Amino acid sequence: MKTLSFKKILVLFIVVFSILYSLPTFVNTVPTWLTSMNAQKMNLGLDLKGGVHFLMEVDLDEVVSGKFKKFSNDIRSQLRKDKIRYNNFNNNLSEINIEFNDSSSYEAAEDLIKNSYQETFELTRTGNKMKVIISSKSLDDIRIAAIKQNTTTLRNRVNELGVAEPIVQQSGKTRIVVELPGIKDTTRAKEIIGATATLEFKMVDEDSDPYATDNISINSKLYYDDSGQPVLLKRNVILTGENVVDANSNLDRNGRAAVNITLDGPGAKRFANITDDNIGKLMAVLFIESKSEQRIVNGVSKRITKKYEKIISLATIQERLSKSFQITGLDSTKEARDLALYLRAGSMAAPMYIVEERTIGPSLGAENIEKGKISVIIGLLLVLMFMVYYYRVFGLFANTALILNILIIVSVMSLIPGATLTLPGIAGIVLTVGMAVDANVLIFERIKEEVANGSTPLASIELGYKKAFSTILDANITTLIASIILFIFGTGPIKGFAVTLSIGVMSSMFTAIVVTRILADLTYENNLHKKTNKINI
Amino acid sequence: MRTININFDFMKWHKNAIYVSSLLIFLSLFSLFTKGLNYGVDFKGGTIIEIGFQKDAPIEDIRGFLKENNYAKSSVQYFGSNKDILIRIPNIITADEATLSNTLVADLNNNYDFSLKRVEYVGAQVGEELRDQGIMAALIALFLIMIYIALRFEYRFSVGAILALLHDVFLIIGIFSITQIEFNLSVFAAILAVIGYSLNDTIVVFDRIRENFKSAVLENVDTTMIMNESINQTLSRTLITSLTTLLVLISLIIFGGEILFGFAFALIAGVIVGTYSSVYIASSTLLLMNISVKDVVIEIDDDKP
Repeated sequence: MKTLSFKKILVLFIVVFSILYSLPTFVNTVPTWLTSMNAQKMNLGLDLKGGVHFLMEVDLDEVVSGKFKKFSNDIRSQLRKDKIRYNNFNNNLSEINIEFNDSSSYEAAEDLIKNSYQETFELTRTGNKMKVIISSKSLDDIRIAAIKQNTTTLRNRVNELGVAEPIVQQSGKTRIVVELPGIKDTTRAKEIIGATATLEFKMVDEDSDPYATDNISINSKLYYDDSGQPVLLKRNVILTGENVVDANSNLDRNGRAAVNITLDGPGAKRFANITDDNIGKLMAVLFIESKSEQRIVNGVSKRITKKYEKIISLATIQERLSKSFQITGLDSTKEARDLALYLRAGSMAAPMYIVEERTIGPSLGAENIEKGKISVIIGLLLVLMFMVYYYRVFGLFANTALILNILIIVSVMSLIPGATLTLPGIAGIVLTVGMAVDANVLIFERIKEEVANGSTPLASIELGYKKAFSTILDANITTLIASIILFIFGTGPIKGFAVTLSIGVMSSMFTAIVVTRILADLTYENNLHKKTNKINI
Repeated sequence: MRTININFDFMKWHKNAIYVSSLLIFLSLFSLFTKGLNYGVDFKGGTIIEIGFQKDAPIEDIRGFLKENNYAKSSVQYFGSNKDILIRIPNIITADEATLSNTLVADLNNNYDFSLKRVEYVGAQVGEELRDQGIMAALIALFLIMIYIALRFEYRFSVGAILALLHDVFLIIGIFSITQIEFNLSVFAAILAVIGYSLNDTIVVFDRIRENFKSAVLENVDTTMIMNESINQTLSRTLITSLTTLLVLISLIIFGGEILFGFAFALIAGVIVGTYSSVYIASSTLLLMNISVKDVVIEIDDDKP
């Protein structure tokens, strides 16, 4: 009897617990003492409350090739600076091949590269030829850093959208998930999360003739300004968006769109030095945007990142500029506002593009909740009626267990942080309702068999529960295996289905075996005192 | 006492059942290879846009509008009711797919008054990945279940269970191929749930067979007879559970809305096919593999130290 009373206390505890913690989901106002116990509404998925889900692919190849180009330029200029002579320097975006004149130049270059870059590169020697490739560890480092930076920047941008409880997190090695509940303007959202706009400040090359296109210094590059005039800009970048710590859009004295920029310490120092040295000379502000496009190359669809560069401002340096200053020349106040936002949020390390979008309008979310509710209620009623019709008193036991089972699923779902109820999740609850009675059906059929074999009522109950137990266990464990696999491999809403199904399977074993047993014992112990030796099943 | 008391000679028909099932599987495979599956955007990639109108949707006008505006490959259908329509657009490489829905919705908004209910865009690569992941998940689930059953029962039982599961999966996929109902992620989830459900049934029958084998150790009874007896003993449970599950699924297919239709349909098909397969396919396999009382007895002896 002692073990049974422990079970009774446990069951009583679970009943009270699941009622309390599922209460906030079912009623609108709950007492404050309940809320203070961390009881809250179930988290709803985007398909129930409306919102957008984006999956962004980060173009890491682009980052790697960009980094490689930079490394290659650095190595070349260092070789020149140290006067190490080479015959041939060739960079094909995945490896650099350098041919040296003699063995001593090779060794000097080897020392130089190893000292300046440590483990970044792997060098292979063939005679006096050197093959330089990025080591796989530094490749990983570059990729990890890039996706981390993109995630942070994206999070900053999303925060500017003013959405409640947005989610921005890395997914797999190359992707970022963005979830924006309740957002209406998805065009704007796409614009903001997808854009890669940034700024670069460069000096104008005033020594060369921009019209002599065939005679451009290798240190300059040709651009065209708004009016189509050619402008030569020095390749050397004075300042990039990465040095910006704050940016705000407003209007300048003449009512034109402008962006106020505040620089970080090192940026301000460099900017002050350079502007000081170049007073009276022309400086350009370049607006740079990367766009990813799909192209068919030789019959295969490929992603290509294209860089759009635009000179937004071309002005003579009047004075020494430092920590904060203003730039103008933007097309509209909207462009100024967006640019300020992108600069504030930080730069993207790599271009990104959307590979999956799921938008649910708020009306559909509410509709889905309504439909889910109705199908749970009707399904539940049908099963409850059938069980009472077929198993009479024992049907009532099973029904009590079934309702408790639903309360347990709801309360556990609202307690697990990060667990969200989705439409397929509701379907999982509906399915659990149908399948949860299975354990009771197994037990009750056994009891019937025992009664038919002539056992006494109490003995029949005892044997029925005992014999059905291992079958119930085997049957539920296999369902659990299937739903756990579904949880691991599924995405979004499907995960929600796996969650409710797994919780339902586990709690149904408890309610169907333990709870109904207590109810049966309570009922028939009393009946036996009255010398009834029939059970109503 | 309400009992279902059928004493049916199930095993007498087990050869016929194998013929019937083989034929059905052949038909499923034939349809799968000729017609294929009507993959949803989840697996195929593409864009779907669901919009709702206050009154009946001007579906013909919208079809015309899309044709005029170079969305020629798109298709437009009513979705659930005459007020809602669903536009499907295949992935058009070279266009900027991800913003296609915004452009189209903005265009439509200039001409019609509706509310945007749902947009789903899946890039071709993601679609492929979801498909591969799905196949992978199903295989891993089958493999783990097979190991579990082999550990709990005997290897022949696990072969029987897996054949029954494969039978169910092929038939459901076959039904989706023949009816061309859209095959999407939630249908896939339903198939995994069917694997769990059908296995439930199979295990209940197997458990009884094992139990009856054990108690038949001393008597010299016929294997087929024990199987028949086991199936008959568990039949009422099998039917009742199938019935309660069907009850909730019918509620889901009627009231759950268009989005869950495929899901509920797959499960209903699965429950019916799964009930049949656990009676016939699983047990028939045991018979074909010449399992007998002796095998289980030896196993019990081995278990004893």
